[in-house]
Formats: sequence, C-alpha cells, structure tokens
Amino acid sequence: MSYQEKKNIVSLISTLLIFLLYSMYVFQMYKEGSFHSTDVFSFWGSFIIILIVVSILAKIIINIIFNIIYRITTHEKEPSFSDELDKLIHFKSITVSHYVFVVGFVLAIGLLAIDVPPYIMFIVFIFSGVISDVVRMITEIYLYRKGV
Amino acid sequence: MGKSLISNNIRSLRFNHDEMTQQQLADKVGVTRQTIFAIEKGNYSPSLELAFRIALVFNLPLEEIFSFELKD
Repeated sequence: MSYQEKKNIVSLISTLLIFLLYSMYVFQMYKEGSFHSTDVFSFWGSFIIILIVVSILAKIIINIIFNIIYRITTHEKEPSFSDELDKLIHFKSITVSHYVFVVGFVLAIGLLAIDVPPYIMFIVFIFSGVISDVVRMITEIYLYRKGV
Repeated sequence: MGKSLISNNIRSLRFNHDEMTQQQLADKVGVTRQTIFAIEKGNYSPSLELAFRIALVFNLPLEEIFSFELKD
C-alpha cells in the first residue's frame, strides 16, 4: 500500500473520529445546559466554526504523528511534493466531493423552503460537509488503487 | 479509468540500465516512486512531458518505450 493510500485511510478514520467525538461532546454540553445561547443560528454557527478549527488542528497533529510512524516503520521518507498523478487524483476527487456537497447544500436550503426547523437545515449542512470530505478521501484511495 | 491503452516497457528498461530502481528513475524525472509504479502497472498514462523525460533518461525515442493500441 502506498504512502498516499495509507495517509488517506488515516485521514478518513481521523475525520470520522473527530466529528463523532466533537459532536458527542457538544451535545453532552448542550444537554447539561452549558450552552446558554437561545439563538439557534448562534449555536450552530459556533458549532461549525469550532468543528473546522478543531479538525484542522487535529489533522495537523495526526499528520505529523503519521509521518513519524511511516518513517520509522518503512525507513522511507514521505514524498515532499505533489507530482502530476497526485494533482490529477486530487482534482478528480475534489470534483466528486463538490458534487456531494452541492447536493447536501441544496437539500439543506430546500428543507427551509418547506418550513422544516432551522436546526435540521444545519444538521444536513454539517453532514453534507463531512460526507463530502469522506467521499473525497474514498475517491482518492480508489483512484490511487485502481488508476486514472 | 483503470487499464490504459498505452503500454510501456519501463520495467525492463530499468532492469537493463544497471537495475535502476523505481525511486532512482522517479528522482531523475521529478515524480514520486508511486507514479513510476502506477505507470509501469498501466494504471496511469503519463503526460507528454513526463513521457519525454523518461525517454531522455533511457536515451531512446518515445515510441520504443511507449506503445498505443486501440481496443474495441
């Protein structure tokens, strides 16, 4: 298995774990009444912003740890640049990911049009973001494995 | 997607050039070892520029390294 495949698998697992743990933490706090905001938009706005910041920081740390483990276990240095194959696979997977996100976005907006409570719209919005990221990573793994 | 119609004999050329490793070829043409592996396997058809770079390493014309076949 190549470096890129391993890296994407680690990213995939960490993305799902971060989202799951962070969601569980926030909803636990919400149930305990630690969040006093009565404004649904303010609550979901902070949820999304903190999720983005936490995800970025956690992914940086996980990536550093992964590279260290990769060097130790394979005695090989990770590629320091993206070549034409990496870029092509990245563009293709980003395109697929965007389609998934757009479907989720339209669905979320559509829910508002049929008078569904705003929090459902935010949940759909957040899930479409996470699912599109997961689809991007799965597409990358698939393309590295099967070729382009 | 998948197997391309462009085949190559890079693997045997590497072998005939002092058993050059994939990493050595990758370093010479400026790509990662993974890309050389994908080209050899037929999972990726390189850009024209990369194909010329590979040809330069082996000092051979392009058509002696890569061949194109039309399949139904």
